[in-house]
Amino acid sequence: MTQPQDEMLPISVTVDGRLETGQVSSRTLLVHWLRDDLDKRGPKIGCDTGNCGACTIRWDGLLVKSCMVLAAQADDTRVETAASLAHDDGSLNDLQACFKEHHGLQCGYCTSGMLMTATDLLESGEEITEHSVRRGLKGNICRCTGYENIVRAVRAAAGHDVEKPHGAAEEVAS
Amino acid sequence: MTMQDTATSTWTGKTVPRKEDDRLLKAQGEFGDDTPIAHLGHVVFVRSPYAHARILDIDVSAAESLPGYLGCLLPDEVDVLTDGFMELQPAPADAEVDKCLAAGGKVRFVGEPVVAVAGTSRQAARDVAATVVVDYEPLPHVVDARRAVEPEAPQVHDEIGSNVAWDGVYDWGDIDAALKSADHVIEVDELHFHRFSSTPLECSVVTVSYDAGIDTFNLIGGCAMPQITTLMMAAAMRHPAEKIRIVSKDFGGSFGVKIGMYVPATAVALLSRKLGRPMRWTETRTEHHWMGGHGNERWFHNVKMAVTSEGRVLGLSYDALDDVGAYTRYEPLGAVIWTQVANACYQLQHLKVHYRSIYTNKGPVHPNRGYSRLQHMWLVERMMDIAAHRLGFDPVQFRLQNYVQPEQYPYETVNGCVYDSGNLPLSLEKALDLIEYDDARRLQRESAGTGKRIGIGIGSTLDSGTNNFGQARLINQFLPFSGNTEGGLVRMGVDGSVYTVTGGVAFGQGHETTVAQVVADMLGLTPDEIITHRGSDSALSAQTGFSGSYASQFAVTGIGAILNATRKLVREIQLVAASILGATPEEIVLEGGHALVLGDPERALPFAAVAGIVHFSPADLPAEVADEVGLVGRAVYRAPFEIPDLERKRGNLTLTYASQIHACVLEIDEETGEVKILRYGMVDDCGTPINPMIIQGQVHGATVHGISAALFEHFAYDDDGQLLAANFYDYHAATALDLPSLRYDSVVSPSPFTPIGAKGMGEGGGAPLHAIAAAIQDAVGGDGGVVLESFNPPERILGLLNGGTESTVRVLR
Repeated sequence: MTQPQDEMLPISVTVDGRLETGQVSSRTLLVHWLRDDLDKRGPKIGCDTGNCGACTIRWDGLLVKSCMVLAAQADDTRVETAASLAHDDGSLNDLQACFKEHHGLQCGYCTSGMLMTATDLLESGEEITEHSVRRGLKGNICRCTGYENIVRAVRAAAGHDVEKPHGAAEEVAS
Repeated sequence: MTMQDTATSTWTGKTVPRKEDDRLLKAQGEFGDDTPIAHLGHVVFVRSPYAHARILDIDVSAAESLPGYLGCLLPDEVDVLTDGFMELQPAPADAEVDKCLAAGGKVRFVGEPVVAVAGTSRQAARDVAATVVVDYEPLPHVVDARRAVEPEAPQVHDEIGSNVAWDGVYDWGDIDAALKSADHVIEVDELHFHRFSSTPLECSVVTVSYDAGIDTFNLIGGCAMPQITTLMMAAAMRHPAEKIRIVSKDFGGSFGVKIGMYVPATAVALLSRKLGRPMRWTETRTEHHWMGGHGNERWFHNVKMAVTSEGRVLGLSYDALDDVGAYTRYEPLGAVIWTQVANACYQLQHLKVHYRSIYTNKGPVHPNRGYSRLQHMWLVERMMDIAAHRLGFDPVQFRLQNYVQPEQYPYETVNGCVYDSGNLPLSLEKALDLIEYDDARRLQRESAGTGKRIGIGIGSTLDSGTNNFGQARLINQFLPFSGNTEGGLVRMGVDGSVYTVTGGVAFGQGHETTVAQVVADMLGLTPDEIITHRGSDSALSAQTGFSGSYASQFAVTGIGAILNATRKLVREIQLVAASILGATPEEIVLEGGHALVLGDPERALPFAAVAGIVHFSPADLPAEVADEVGLVGRAVYRAPFEIPDLERKRGNLTLTYASQIHACVLEIDEETGEVKILRYGMVDDCGTPINPMIIQGQVHGATVHGISAALFEHFAYDDDGQLLAANFYDYHAATALDLPSLRYDSVVSPSPFTPIGAKGMGEGGGAPLHAIAAAIQDAVGGDGGVVLESFNPPERILGLLNGGTESTVRVLR
C-alpha cells in the first residue's frame, strides 16, 4: 500500500461570526475541523453516515450535516453552529428556552443538531404543524426523549399552545 | 409520602427545570470526544471480518513507515500484560478467556478487536490501521442459539467443551400439577425475542492518560458503572484500583450497554502506558453496533400455560435459550435478573423455567434498558394475550382479573420477591382512557373490509429497581456479592456555597436537578444555589462498589445517599451555629441561606459565616465542635437486603417495582403489511415523584425505544455471521416522523421501602413490545397467525395475515 500523501490546503471560514483560518487535509471533514481544531462542541458525531444529524450546522445559510462536507469546501464561507444561538448576554434564545421549558433534551448529545434543524424550519416560512415539525426533524435522531417533548418545544417556539410537561401545568393552574 | 428527611418540600416533587440544560443548549457541554487534551494520540482497532477464525499471522510492518504512526498493541502483548477479565459463571464456562484483544489465537465475532494501533491524529490512526494485515483461517461458526446447543455445533470457546455458558432450572410452586389439573392448557412450541439495543447517540469514547510519575491511569469518558469498571481493569492489568481514576463528564447515553467499556478501555490504557502519551479511542457507529453491546436475544420453547375455566392463570413453564453472543461480559447475570419479575404483573402461583445462556459467534450482549426482565415479561404478556384470544376471554378483563390487586401489596412473588406497591387496575383504566378505548373499538369495527385493519393492544410491565446483588449467587454460589449501596457527598465551601456529588453517573436522567431539589429542601436553599457535580469522578469519595446509573436505582440509592450525606452536613452546620448563637443544635433550623434559632429568627448565622468560622477561624469554636466539623457530609445508602436462599432460589431481589401500563391503537395496511400507530398511551407509577417532568421524559424515551424495537430495529446476522445492521441506514432508529404523539398519565403508589417513597424508573420494562405485539394480534384476528416474535416488520405482518402458525400453538384443553 502506498503511503497516503495529503494535500494541505489553507482555509478561512467565518464560524459563529468569527473569522477562523487553518490548514486542512483535502480529506478532512468539516465536522472534524470544527471540533478538533476549533473546539466547537455544537456539531457532534453520532453515526459517520449522515443519518443522525448530530453534526447539523448552517453553511452559508443552508442546513447541512457537517460530516457530509469537506473542510476544504468551506473555504471562504460562513458556518453557524448551535454555539451561535444564545443571546449575546449568554441567555437562551426563544427556541432554546422552549427546549428547556418543555424538557426537550435529556443527554443533550443530539440537542445542538436538533436546535439547528429546528431553527432552520422555524425560519423557513413553512407552516408549523405537528406533522411538519416531525417531518422537519426526521433527519435528526434522538435516543433519549422519544421526540415528543422536542416536537412540543419547537411548536411552542412557533407560538403554539402545547401541553406543558407533567407537573408544570398544575403549577400554572394554581 | 414521608418527607421527614427534608426540612421542607418546597422543591422535592415539583417540576423544576433542569440545571443541566443551559450548558447543553448552548453547546457548552463536555462529552467524551470534546475534552481537549494536549499531545493526544488516537487509537483505532483493527477488527475481525470473520465470525469465527483462527489468527495465523499479524503483520504491522507496513504501518511503521507511515507518517503519524505511534505504535500498536498486539494480542501477544495483551496475553503477557493482562489476565483474562473476571468471569461470573461457574465451571465449566468459567474457562472462557476474555481479553481486550482477541484471546487464544481466535476471533469469535465480526468486529472483534485484534490489533490496536495509535496515530498522532484520527486520520493517521485510520491510515495505520488500514495497513495492518491479519491472516485468518476461517472456522465453522454458529449464529443461532438453537444450533449452538446441538452436539456437533462449532465451539465458540474450545476450552469450555460446549456453547452453554450457564444452565439452570427455576422451579417454584408445582407447575406440573397445575398443568395436569387446569381446565385449560395452552402450549406454544417457540417464541422469539429479537436482538436490538438502545444504541445511544454518543458512541463510547475513552481517553486514558497514564501518569508514569505516580503510576496512575486517568480515564475520561462516560462510564455508567465506574467502580465495577475499575475492578475489572485493575484485576486484568494487575494494577491497584486506587491508581485508576475514572472521570465522566457529559454522557451521551448508555441505557446499560456501555457497562462493557472496561474491555476497550483496557487496550487504550495499555497503549497510553506503552507509548507514554494520552490516548483516545472514539468508537464509530459501526463499531458500536458490532460490539457496543446488544440486548439479550431469547428463544422460548415448550411454553405451557395453565388457566382455570374462570380465566385465572395458574402459572407457566418454558425452556429459554438466551443468546449472549461470543463473550459473557455482564452475563450470565441475565440468567437470574429476569427472576426479579418472575410473576410479571400477575398472581402466578407456579413457574418453572429451564434457562440456558448460550454462546454464539455474534456480538456480546450487555445489559440494555429493561435488561433480561423485558424478555420474560414480553413472554408472559404474550402468553396472556394468546390465552385470552384462544380461550375467548376479553383481553382487558383477563388482565384485570389476573393482575396483582392493589390490596395485595406488599405482594410476594413465587420466588420471594416483594412487589412494594402499585395499582395496576387503575393504571390500566387510565391507559384505556388515554387511547379512548371504546371509540377505538368503534374505529376497529368500521375498518372492516377497508383494506386497513385496526388493532388494540395492552402492554403491562414492571421496572424492577435497586438490585440485591446477592442474586448473583443464584448463578454462581461463590460470587462475593450481596445487597446494594450507593454513595453521596455534600460539602460546604469556604464561602458557604454548597457542592454535591453522587456515585451515580447520569446520562440524561437529570440527576443534577433531582439531587439539587432534595438537597435544597434539606438546607433551606433553592436548587439554583446547589452546585451539583457534572458526571462523576472516582477520586471524589462519593462512590461505592455498586455506584452507577443502571438497574433503575438512582431515585432510591443515589437520592438515599445524598439525603444521608446532607443530614451529616446539616448536623455540622447546627453544631457550629448552636455554639456561636448560644443555642442547642436541635434548635437550629436552616432557612434562606442562614442557620437560625427556631422561633428567634434574629439570632441567625449566614452560611458564609458558618463556613468562614469552620474553614478559617476554628479557634472561635469549642474544641469538641472544631474537632468534629469539616463541613463535608459523606454517606452511603444501604438497601435493606438479605442474601437469597440459594437452595430454593428464593429471596427479595429488588427493592422497588415501578409499573407501566401501555395501550395502543394501530392500523395495518393489508396490502403492504405496514403498521401505523394511531394512538399511544402510557401510564406510569413510580411512587412518589421527585420531578414529574423528568419521569415523564423517561417514560417517553423508553416508550420510543420499545416502539422502535418492535417495528424497526433488529441486529440480524446473516448465515456468514455478518451483522446486517452495522449503521443507522440498516438499523433504523425511529425518527420523529415514524411516531405518533404520546399520551401520558400517572398513578402514584409510594414505595413503603424507600427513603422518600420514590421508586427507581427509566428502563420502562419494554411495554411497547408487549402492547404492539398484542395490537398486531388483535388486528390480525382469529383467522390469521399468532404473533410469536417480538420484532414485526411488514414482511412478518403479511405472513401473519396469511396465517401459518397454527400448528405451533395449541389449546390442549
